[in-house]
Amino acid sequence: MLEVGLAHYLTLAAILFTLGIFGIFLNRKNVIIILMSIELMLLAVNINLVAFSRFLEDMTGQVFAMFVLTVAAAEAAIGLAILVVYFRNRGSIAVEDINLMKG
Amino acid sequence: MVVQALAFYVFAAVATAAGVMVISARNPVHSVLFLILAFFNAAGLFVLLGAEFLAMLLVVVYVGAVAVLFLFVVMMLDINFAELREGFLQYLPVGALVGVVLLAELALVGGSWALSKGAGETSLPVPDEKMTNTHALGHILYTDYIYLFQAAGLVLLVAMIGAIVLTHRRRTGLHRQRIATQIDRRKEDTIEVVKLPARGGG
Repeated sequence: MLEVGLAHYLTLAAILFTLGIFGIFLNRKNVIIILMSIELMLLAVNINLVAFSRFLEDMTGQVFAMFVLTVAAAEAAIGLAILVVYFRNRGSIAVEDINLMKG
Repeated sequence: MVVQALAFYVFAAVATAAGVMVISARNPVHSVLFLILAFFNAAGLFVLLGAEFLAMLLVVVYVGAVAVLFLFVVMMLDINFAELREGFLQYLPVGALVGVVLLAELALVGGSWALSKGAGETSLPVPDEKMTNTHALGHILYTDYIYLFQAAGLVLLVAMIGAIVLTHRRRTGLHRQRIATQIDRRKEDTIEVVKLPARGGG
């Protein structure tokens, strides 16, 4: 119990990832919270990558965690920009109002 | 060892609690603040794992940039958040169901997981004890992964340009100072000397 191993980190990452999925379902109407849930999931992935990197003694995991970080930052910037433009045009960010493309 | 284990449990517990609060807080501003707390605790976990550089990167990039961006957007948009929360409980059962199924699947994967032989052999090991984490990371990032590194830079550039293009708008009916036009003005263009006939006005 006192020896913290790979399984501990994987469990934590699994819980955080599940919380992210759960958050998407729970806040079906609020795009901002959905974006935050996605950030939470990416954080869980990063924890997995770094934990494997440490316990396999392999630096590659940390390199890829860095790339995940990059993509997460880009995704947040673009997502929030789209959100701001959408709010400017429609005056709402509720998910059910986003139906211009009739998808 | 005990201190390390204790630190892990504290960081993990706070990160999980912060994650729960992110998705359940009434006020989105509180959600963002709890997200920042989760990021800080993840950075602590990264330090425990010996990935100091990534821990600092997490604090700088996530807390310093991404979370602040979220905070700006949440505060900038004038949204009735209470309206958006309607149906919160309606989605709770299906969300909980999906969450439980996913967690069970992850537990199954974790339970049956075993390291394949040679998984750590083909890889790039941590060089030696004297080399710091940052040094080791830079050592392979700028050699073996240089193209991926450049591609990551390109992704960030495209994201930056995209965000600017999306949110930039040219306002009409705005009177701005145009310095170049002001300097370009010449006397002939603006002043006309008119000879008035003397005593012609009477």
